[in-house]
Amino acid sequence: MRILSVPTTGALAPPMPLRKCARSLTALALPLLFAGISLAQTPPADLEKRLADLDKATKSAQMAGDNAWMLTSAALVLMMTGPGLALFYGGLVRRKNVLSTMMHSFVLMALISILWAVVGYSLAFGEGTPFIGGLRYLFLNGVGGDPNVDYGPTVPHQTYMVYQLMFAIITPALISGAFAERMKFSAMLLFMTLWALVVYSPQAHMVWGKGGFLNGTLGGKIPAWDFAGGTVVHITSGVSALVCALYLGKREGYPSETMRPHNLVISFIGACLLWVGWFGFNAGSAVAAGPLATSAFVATHFATAAAVLGWMTAEWMVVGKPSVLGAISGAVAGLVAITPASGFVKPMPAILIGVIAGVVCYFMVSKVKQKFGYDDALDAFGVHGIGGTVGAILTGVFATKEVNDLRMGKAMGLVDGDAGQVVNQLVACLFAWGLAIVGTYIILKICDAVLGVRVNKAAEIEGLDYSQHGEEGYNFES
Amino acid sequence: MKRIEAIIQPHKLEDTKEALKGIGVDGMTITEVRGHGRQKGHTEVYRGMEYKVDLLPKVKIEMVVPDTRADEVIRTLVTAARTGKIGDGKIFVYEVAEAIRIRNDDRGDAAL
Repeated sequence: MRILSVPTTGALAPPMPLRKCARSLTALALPLLFAGISLAQTPPADLEKRLADLDKATKSAQMAGDNAWMLTSAALVLMMTGPGLALFYGGLVRRKNVLSTMMHSFVLMALISILWAVVGYSLAFGEGTPFIGGLRYLFLNGVGGDPNVDYGPTVPHQTYMVYQLMFAIITPALISGAFAERMKFSAMLLFMTLWALVVYSPQAHMVWGKGGFLNGTLGGKIPAWDFAGGTVVHITSGVSALVCALYLGKREGYPSETMRPHNLVISFIGACLLWVGWFGFNAGSAVAAGPLATSAFVATHFATAAAVLGWMTAEWMVVGKPSVLGAISGAVAGLVAITPASGFVKPMPAILIGVIAGVVCYFMVSKVKQKFGYDDALDAFGVHGIGGTVGAILTGVFATKEVNDLRMGKAMGLVDGDAGQVVNQLVACLFAWGLAIVGTYIILKICDAVLGVRVNKAAEIEGLDYSQHGEEGYNFES
Repeated sequence: MKRIEAIIQPHKLEDTKEALKGIGVDGMTITEVRGHGRQKGHTEVYRGMEYKVDLLPKVKIEMVVPDTRADEVIRTLVTAARTGKIGDGKIFVYEVAEAIRIRNDDRGDAAL
């Protein structure tokens, strides 16, 4: 039976291919017509149920995809601390302190986890005041398999909680770079417990918690953009590191004594683990497996690559040889700077941010530190404190609705036409700096009074591996 | 018996070992050491800090030989280890009071 009347012969007939097409269409039209008639004859209730099932299946599929990525990201971020940071820092200290330095990172994986479960998560992400969360999630009460619609609408709340935990772990671990080789272990444990509750949770709450003062999306009075923790993680840890370095004082023999990295090979491995793990840190901050995660992944990678080249070029020009330590430090600087910007900027601005971070941090670490003479042993302040500040401010410059349209069409940053956002970013930086300085100083005073924060001279010269932990890192004779 | 202690450039170790094997010297102890004579070290830069590194890697070869063989061994060592540049190293010769083979109590030259 002919449905479509297309002449196939004579002057009005269309050319051969078109005629073939018409014939195929005719062949298709008939079954479709029959299907349409059948569908139209299905009772409405059945259709409702099928649509509802389809809806549930779609949601389940999305949750599965998002949750798989988020759990993977959480694991990647934990890997950044152990062994990433542990190796990176461990290789940079003298042999007699390698275990103690690695232990700083490792023990925090344990300590912060428990604190987070008991009260840390609640103080950061529970609703409370604009400056600190409340106790609604004490002992992880109410944090279960159902999503928290404010934080991660397509993943279990527990996923979000455990993902954020990994950030809470690595942030204090970064500070250890400043007090390496001279901090008393027991005092460090007390310091970190207080710091996690007094500095980290409040800053996390202000930027990411619902109702936080600086939260860009959940009711902040001064909305700041901090995608994965430029202010929360890097500024707080980096500036706290400076306070620690100044309070504890210089290492015995610094700067006249030679204190070279004892094993750059493991530092190299650590830095590479940090780069790979950081994809979980930044792209995971999308709390979903969609295009925003991809954008953050891409921006992260290109910024890091650019920062490596930036630091390397600067060092090559100044010193005459491009060091491997410089190259891996450049990578870390780039990763730090792109952290707040990762889910807001396009790839080319990401490259620019990377280059700036690489060059600025190089000069911080090689010139400014020497000029002021503070002993920030592993450059936690130079790379994280300054890199984080640079990144946070540049986020205000390059954030664009073309990447992340959080303001429903309105400008996100300077490139969109909102210069005021840069000011908001500065405010967020000031909060982080202020909280870090005041909080860390008070905590150090307390720890010093209770336990004494610095080991005695003999223990320091002997090495913390033996004096604090009774061990040697390398026993080649055994 | 004489203990001959040679501190040489690390890259000359293989040549020296081959040469000694060539004249029938089997027993030796090799240690990696650091040190310097008149050779200047170098400066390394880590994150902007300069470090003078004046302890340079060398290799120390020690062997104990009968008095009659000492000169031959020294000549072989010098020829094999010499490059002609500063940093070639030095040889020291010591008197040995006694030598004992642990496996079977051999003493003196028989233990070498």
